[in-house]
Amino acid sequence: MFFTETILTADKLTKTFKLSAKQQRLEKTKNKTITAVDGLSFSVNEGEIFGLLGPNGAGKTTTLRLLATLIRPDSGDAFIKGFSIVKEPEKVRENIGFLTSDLRLEDFFTPNYLYDFFARLHNVPEEISAERKKRLFDTFGIGDFAEVKVGNLSTGMKQKASLAISLVHDPSVIIFDEPTNGLDVITAKVVTDFLKELKRNGKTVIISTHIFSLIEKVCDRVGVIINGRMAVCDTIQNVADGKSLEDSFFDIYSERVGGEV
Amino acid sequence: MKSAVFAVFKKELKRFFSDRRMVITTLLLPGLLIFVMYNFMGNAVTNMIDGGEEKYVINAVNIPKSIKMITEQEQIGFEINETDISELQAVKDSLKDGEECDACVVFPEDFDTAVSRYDSHSGEKAPEIKIYYNSSSAQSAAAYQTLISMLDMYESSMINKFDINTGNEVYDLVDNKDMTGQVFSMLLPMLLMMFLYSSCVSVVVEAIAGEKERGTIATMLVTPAKRSHIAIGKIASLSLIALLSASISTVCTIASLPALMGAESEMISGGVYGIKDYLLTALIILSTVLVMISLILIASAFASSVKEAQTYIIPIMIIVLAAGISGMFGNPPDRSALYLIPLYNSVQCMSGIFSFNINYANIVITVISNTVYTGLGIVILTRLFNSERVMFSK
Ligand SMILES: Nc1ncnc2c1ncn2[C@@H]1O[C@H](COP(=O)(O)OP(=O)(O)OP(=O)(O)O)[C@@H](O)[C@H]1O
Ligand SMILES: [Mg+2]
Repeated sequence: MFFTETILTADKLTKTFKLSAKQQRLEKTKNKTITAVDGLSFSVNEGEIFGLLGPNGAGKTTTLRLLATLIRPDSGDAFIKGFSIVKEPEKVRENIGFLTSDLRLEDFFTPNYLYDFFARLHNVPEEISAERKKRLFDTFGIGDFAEVKVGNLSTGMKQKASLAISLVHDPSVIIFDEPTNGLDVITAKVVTDFLKELKRNGKTVIISTHIFSLIEKVCDRVGVIINGRMAVCDTIQNVADGKSLEDSFFDIYSERVGGEV
Repeated sequence: MKSAVFAVFKKELKRFFSDRRMVITTLLLPGLLIFVMYNFMGNAVTNMIDGGEEKYVINAVNIPKSIKMITEQEQIGFEINETDISELQAVKDSLKDGEECDACVVFPEDFDTAVSRYDSHSGEKAPEIKIYYNSSSAQSAAAYQTLISMLDMYESSMINKFDINTGNEVYDLVDNKDMTGQVFSMLLPMLLMMFLYSSCVSVVVEAIAGEKERGTIATMLVTPAKRSHIAIGKIASLSLIALLSASISTVCTIASLPALMGAESEMISGGVYGIKDYLLTALIILSTVLVMISLILIASAFASSVKEAQTYIIPIMIIVLAAGISGMFGNPPDRSALYLIPLYNSVQCMSGIFSFNINYANIVITVISNTVYTGLGIVILTRLFNSERVMFSK
């Protein structure tokens, strides 16, 4: 057995949103609030790839946003490298890279300019930044479109640029929400290969997805979220329990929600 | 960590200056428009006063020498056709049809002698002049009025007892300093406020609500950069752009005001102000821009789209307008407390500077209070950046 160190612990994270009248109609509910994340606790070991798996609206994105300090929990806390997301959000931000589809790059600038801009916001020294940029741009083949305005890039190119830019400060914990969403198989493979490389370099990666194959391909451990609660959190083998991950997910889901899927 | 302020500052400027459409619509177009519009308006006003170059065609029967001499003067603008009494009916008909002539004057025979012989105390009937005209034609009606005033003037000159201001001296002792002061202090503060507002509004709304709408601001908020530094970087860069745009508009206005004022144009010139006046104005404008930008930034931070932001800032526009208009009436107040009111204080200070009533204490109060308000604006904006309800509302 390896000695593994915990790098992230979430402790009873809870997040409730107020619903506007319009949202109430959309969600077909009379409740004025919705509990997106409901007392969620889990931990992530250093150097592993951890997957959050769950259906639409389960609270995956909300959980990752809480971890990235973009929003604050109503109660509970989480610690990344020992820093509290509630009390030391700036320290947390220094140590994480965060990427979701709703964090976008300004259409007006080139990947090259934006990389430098964010490196400055992260206070990365000039020489280190230049050397790291070259490496990241090579990895993702950004060199070809480094001087093209983001607005003129394809979805895949944008995703690659966003990936590179989320890593300007060489964070030790990387949080990706749906990293392969909207990408073709080739670009998706570039991304999954890169996740594995990050792991090889000793980084900790947390991804959220509803794609089983992605979890099976890259993750060491998985947490299944249903209705804002952690249903299971274990290694892939233990969660799959001899079946395919998909089948065991349906079992867990019907057990939690009740009735057949 | 200060480098974040500078990075944001530089990024906003780059965003603005490399966008040709933005540069043209906020920097060049307003100045050009002001110049063209004011010169056009000025010309229109001048033309109205001059009444154009046209001459009135007058048919005159028995026109006496004395009157003929007057009508031959250049500026009267009459073209006299001497007409025989036998042609009178034909002339009247053509007047009815509105053709050829604008009026017809019929003098009694020997008008000059009859007039000089006439004694107003005698009770006799005075010599009578008849003027035929057609009021349905504006040209004819105007000719009629001009004829009457000319003849009235002739009549009063005959019984002349004294004259007023007939020499070649300059009687109106207004100098161009007072004249400029009056015009500038009334118009410029309001115009400046409008320029400042209109020059910054689109850029500012874009810089917050636009970024929110496109989800690019969140990308900045996951970096360890302090929210306050992001706020300062935005306010500083946007203020610079607004200042630039407003100064272009101002220079164009000062250059075009003489044209706008038409007749009095030689009297009006920005040259009557000294360096000190301009520097004080610049100081006031700078502090005003900071306040204005902060206000618009805060209002548009609440909006989730550019469109929404444009409705949120309408109250600010109304306040700016009201403050600007306040400068058009009366002299700046002396009560120092009034100079704590943002925007209003700027207008009154500028009004004072342009009318040469500089009150340093009030200028200091204005600049300091505006600086404090800007500081407050930064604090509020930082709060808003930290508030997920504001930044991530759906
Ligand atoms: N800002 C918000 N205001 C109101 N409700 C919200 C907000 N953000 C999320 N929610 C609600 O919280 C619930 C969880 O949303 P979340 O985005 O975390 O789900 P998810 O697991 O990421 O789903 P998906 O797979 O569709 O991305 C949803 O019901 C959503 O409508
Ligand atoms: Mg999601």
